[in-house]
Amino acid sequence: MSTMNTVHSLWTMAAEPAGKIDSPHIEYAQLSPTLIVLGAAIIGVLAEAFVPRKSRYAVQIGIALLGFAAAFAAVIALAAGGHAKEEAQIAAMGAIAVDGPALFLQGTILLVALVAVFTFAERRLDPQEHGKHVDSFAAQGSAVPGGPAEQAAVKAGFTTTEVFPLLAFAVGGMLIFPAANDLLTLFIALEVFSLPLYVLCALARRKRLMSQEAAVKYFLLGAFSSAFFLFGVALLYGYAGTVSYAGIAEVVEGTRQASDPALAQTMGNDALLLIGGAMLLMGLLFKVGAVPFHQWTPDVYQGAPTPVTGFMAAATKVAAFGALLRLLYVVLPGLRWDWRPVMWGVAIATMVIGAILAVTQTDVKRLLAYSSVAHAGFILAGVTAATPDGISSVLFYLAAYSFVTLGAFAVVTLVRDAGGEATHLSKWAGLGRRSPLVAAVFAVFLLAFAGIPLTSGFAGKFAVFKAAAEGGATPLVVIGVISSAIAAFFYVRVIVLMFFSEPKPEGPSVVIPSVLTSTAIAVGVAVTLVLGLAPQYFLDLAGDAGVFVR
Amino acid sequence: MNPVNYLFLSALLFTIGAAGVLIRRNAIVVFMCVELMLNACNLAFVTFSRMHGNLDGQIIAFFTMVVAAAEVVVGLAIIVTVYRSRHSASVDDASLMKL
Repeated sequence: MSTMNTVHSLWTMAAEPAGKIDSPHIEYAQLSPTLIVLGAAIIGVLAEAFVPRKSRYAVQIGIALLGFAAAFAAVIALAAGGHAKEEAQIAAMGAIAVDGPALFLQGTILLVALVAVFTFAERRLDPQEHGKHVDSFAAQGSAVPGGPAEQAAVKAGFTTTEVFPLLAFAVGGMLIFPAANDLLTLFIALEVFSLPLYVLCALARRKRLMSQEAAVKYFLLGAFSSAFFLFGVALLYGYAGTVSYAGIAEVVEGTRQASDPALAQTMGNDALLLIGGAMLLMGLLFKVGAVPFHQWTPDVYQGAPTPVTGFMAAATKVAAFGALLRLLYVVLPGLRWDWRPVMWGVAIATMVIGAILAVTQTDVKRLLAYSSVAHAGFILAGVTAATPDGISSVLFYLAAYSFVTLGAFAVVTLVRDAGGEATHLSKWAGLGRRSPLVAAVFAVFLLAFAGIPLTSGFAGKFAVFKAAAEGGATPLVVIGVISSAIAAFFYVRVIVLMFFSEPKPEGPSVVIPSVLTSTAIAVGVAVTLVLGLAPQYFLDLAGDAGVFVR
Repeated sequence: MNPVNYLFLSALLFTIGAAGVLIRRNAIVVFMCVELMLNACNLAFVTFSRMHGNLDGQIIAFFTMVVAAAEVVVGLAIIVTVYRSRHSASVDDASLMKL
């Protein structure tokens, strides 16, 4: 009966005069990066409604760039103000953590988003249609492919400028995801960044059926995985009686007992904890594309418009690994002996299967998708370390990897034939003879993926494997190095194909991009080389940022 | 009545939903099964809220409803566009990208 009374008293307490309820205390300054990006997204939606169609493109790019740049400045200001270290705190009534890893990952996501805006805005790649420059997105997403409505939309020169607010909403969710400090915020952030991505996937200008198919697959599987995630949240709530990270961690470690003996059966029930934790991990591992939840990656990466693929591959991974780290290191450290073997298994399967399946691919985008699966495995190896070095090495790897991915997918948009992007590998034969610069840049990215010294990939892999070995996961490191070697085989195979085979006469041409895509690729190359040649400053930065606030 | 029975019901609904996602072939029905899973989560939240005697679970149930509504908007939009271009909402027909 005691539970009945407590519930009853809750209702009666709520009926007391409103004056006695303390209004929540929100630290707006600490939350400013997220607020700025979400504000920019809302202004973008308004601009879509009120700005004349002719000037929307320029206005939307301006809003997106300004928003992301201002948010990045806010992140830097917070970090300079010591919020990454001694001033780290939990803001917004326990919902959001403002600490080193959160700020580091938010900064990375914002830089990736800034570069992604350039690739989204590119309008020089497709041939002009009816005298107008067109971008990679459908003239009208709702029009039937090839139907009269689409022809009319193309003729009128429509463009889907909605992609910029959608991008901003996705980035807003991604900024919250690694900083969320309770499971409800985590779930809402997951949906806020997933839903715009589903829509973005469906909006390719060329190969629209494939793009829509990718969106349906991503949506159905994503919704399925988030339902599992939510049931995991429910079970952990049942286990601990709270969804705040600190509260659950206390119950896991046994420092907080059930206040009510009638609750002892539910609270601290290990079955709820283990099943709930596993379902939560399933949701997160789906988002990072780890085996056995990787099936969606190749199809979605191949079907989605390439700028979207590049953004998704880079930023989703950063956000999801951030959330995974916080969950494992803040909520479930007391369960370390249970989750480590599981993550070992997932990491090994992800590295090996990702690398082996990549060898069999014949499409550049699918190849990069499987390579991203393999990279998820390498990052998971760092996650299993369960040491401070594990956190900082994963942070560094994510920053290095995201710019390589963004750059590589930007190069993919340049190689075209009459049907749009020529993604089949056979068409890339001899590219190095026809356009040496583009092939050389792509080779740099592939070498970084392979982890060749003097590129960021090597520094990242070295940091991750070192942390894993020091965390006692030597077999994992051995398997990681072997699958790196397998992966290096197919990266080098593409380089050989580009430089040492005869170009076909009817092969694709390399389009000269505008300054937008050139900037994106240049940033990718620059970050790859700087992090490869002089990684120490950034390793120190990640090391300084590697402490979670509790 | 013992609230634990509602947890069993919620797990049962969740399992029916998950099985439906895996078995059914029409994208709309698959999507309805996902919604069933979300509602099973809601039932679990409300039951746990009752058992723990705090209101967190009931608040979360409201958030879940909003998220489910947003998901319906995006999901139906995508499924309907696919249906209009292919005249089929079967998930088996979506196989342009098989290896």
